Amino acid sequence: MLNPISLAFKKAKQENRAALITYTVAGDSSKKQSLDILKSISKDADILELGVPHNTPVADGSQIQTSAYRAIKNGIKMNDIFKIVKEFKKLNKDKPIILMGYFNMIFQYGESKFLNKCNSSGVNGLIVVDLPWPENIDFARKCKKKSIYFIQLLSPTTTIQRLKKIIRDSHPMNYFISMLSTTGGKLKVSPKDIIKNYNKIKKIDPKKEIVIGFGITGKTIGKLKSADGLVVGSAICKEISKSLKHRQNPVTNVSKLVKKLKSKIL
Amino acid sequence: MKIKKKIPLIDQVNKLGFWGGKFGGNYVPETLKKPIEDLEVLFNKLKNDKRFIAERDKYFKNWIGTPTRFIKLENLTNHVGGAQIWSKVVSDANGGAHKIYNATVHCLLAKRSGKKFIIGDTGAGYAGKMLSMAAKKFGLKCKIFMGAKDIARQQPNVKAMKKNGAEVIPVYSGSQTLVDAVSECMRFWVANCDTTAMCVGSTVGPAVFVRICGWSTSQISRELKVQLIDEFGSVPRKLKLYNCVGGGSSSFGFWNEFMDYDKKQCEFIGVEAGGPAKSKKHAAPLTYGSKIGILHGAAQYVNQDSDGQIEETESISAGLDYPGISPLHCFLKDTKRARYTAASDEDALIAYKTVTKFEKLRPSLEPSHAFSIAIKEAKKLSKDTIVVVNSCGDSYKDREILKKRLGKKYA
Repeated sequence: MLNPISLAFKKAKQENRAALITYTVAGDSSKKQSLDILKSISKDADILELGVPHNTPVADGSQIQTSAYRAIKNGIKMNDIFKIVKEFKKLNKDKPIILMGYFNMIFQYGESKFLNKCNSSGVNGLIVVDLPWPENIDFARKCKKKSIYFIQLLSPTTTIQRLKKIIRDSHPMNYFISMLSTTGGKLKVSPKDIIKNYNKIKKIDPKKEIVIGFGITGKTIGKLKSADGLVVGSAICKEISKSLKHRQNPVTNVSKLVKKLKSKIL
Repeated sequence: MKIKKKIPLIDQVNKLGFWGGKFGGNYVPETLKKPIEDLEVLFNKLKNDKRFIAERDKYFKNWIGTPTRFIKLENLTNHVGGAQIWSKVVSDANGGAHKIYNATVHCLLAKRSGKKFIIGDTGAGYAGKMLSMAAKKFGLKCKIFMGAKDIARQQPNVKAMKKNGAEVIPVYSGSQTLVDAVSECMRFWVANCDTTAMCVGSTVGPAVFVRICGWSTSQISRELKVQLIDEFGSVPRKLKLYNCVGGGSSSFGFWNEFMDYDKKQCEFIGVEAGGPAKSKKHAAPLTYGSKIGILHGAAQYVNQDSDGQIEETESISAGLDYPGISPLHCFLKDTKRARYTAASDEDALIAYKTVTKFEKLRPSLEPSHAFSIAIKEAKKLSKDTIVVVNSCGDSYKDREILKKRLGKKYA
């Protein structure tokens, strides 16, 4: 059976559009609410990235940090995150879920135990921010055995030789970081240039799906829609923070935002 | 796991940057792979380049001021009654602490790579102060990341940084101490690595930063070896080197030159920060058996919960207040080349009182931890044992804390 991640890209291609990938932090602002958000935005999002909050994140900007600290403060644990995924999958078994986080959380859980738990709860892919290639070769192999996609990150600083090696070893989905930035930075490269870089990478192996992320908002997403997929994270985390501040319902507000994002790439 | 002889410890890494196959490495975002690789290539070339070494030595000698003193603490020795207690007064160095060596080397490397900006983290403020000094000296623009809690408790160093023209950026996330400052500094580098060089303030971080820092602070033990031979005719038969350990930069530098000696002749004792006596929190991952985890790009023993969240630390000394520890020290611990123990906040304060009562030496709270253990152990040692404590910082920066805890006359 094809990984639901590949099915999601296939479906988007049939509809002649980019796949929309959302990122929310597990447990933000509570376990229940983060599950409710997933359920609600799954109508419009093609793939759901669920952040595993960590308290020394070296690649996340302030919006995601705020969400992560909020989730940790509210007591989220690794096992709760698996429970959220499992609950979600009960009703949406075909909607792909990717966990995104830092390697120490996997290392402490135990790589094999972690992957088994991913399988039993329904995780389809993993992004590990601080486990680059070639350090990730062994772990990526283990993921493959469990039919979980290990998603490689590609950056504007990645040299062409390195890009080729990473893509050669990669699974069907890769993630291109739009610019030199932590997550949620202001887009300091024009969407046109981002697409130019993206096309260069895409050419290396056109069969592999490549999504673009970092700094994408409602304002810029439309200009990047020729990519295989687009990730929006910080803008959603910001919406949650804003809703909480104004005592509004984050579930409703985030759902509205995701719907709007989707409309921009149709 | 074994230490090899005749190869510098900083170079005893495998291809992926691990000591002993499991400590260190490069757990970094993809964006940093290239800048780290560039720095590795540059450092590997320059560390064997005679002209570069001559340049380094010139600045070490004329600007930092080498060698720092090696003195006998006669009164303290008489008071304790046991081994001879000596001190390597590294706080003589320009700026008042060992952090100047690493800062200078990073600025020299930044100049060579054509970078115009340099950033760094700081806990006690020494790493930041020294980087701001070196940046000014070498004409680089400088930003220092510092936890808001540390900014409040180490004002003299904050003022010095600003005076040197550095921008001090307060970090409000997490525990607002060194761990968060390092995270924020790395995040800034992720976003600006094309124009900016990063200096990690201790022997922590991705492998190349551990190596650069260890290479730089090793100046301390190079000097000490010469001074020991001058004083005793040879390296003493019973030598014990006491040093505080936070990230581990001063202790590694204090020991490096003696690495190949048998530990029966030349023992290394690392003293971690045990925190307040009544608190469960500490900054002593080696002493209290913390598990291996990943922090700031490197695998190391680190205070963390069962999920892998990094735990908050507590120590009176901002410079030791770090939940992890250099991969070099993890390697030295597991190979049993060095021995690690901890002193509490209170122990350090008592040691500070004792040292300043008997000697004209004012060790900062960090080396006061080392003095505490050295004094306790020296009592039981023979008169022909040479105990050397690295007094790697001056207490000027701690005067507010000392005033509060010990009264006005200690400020």
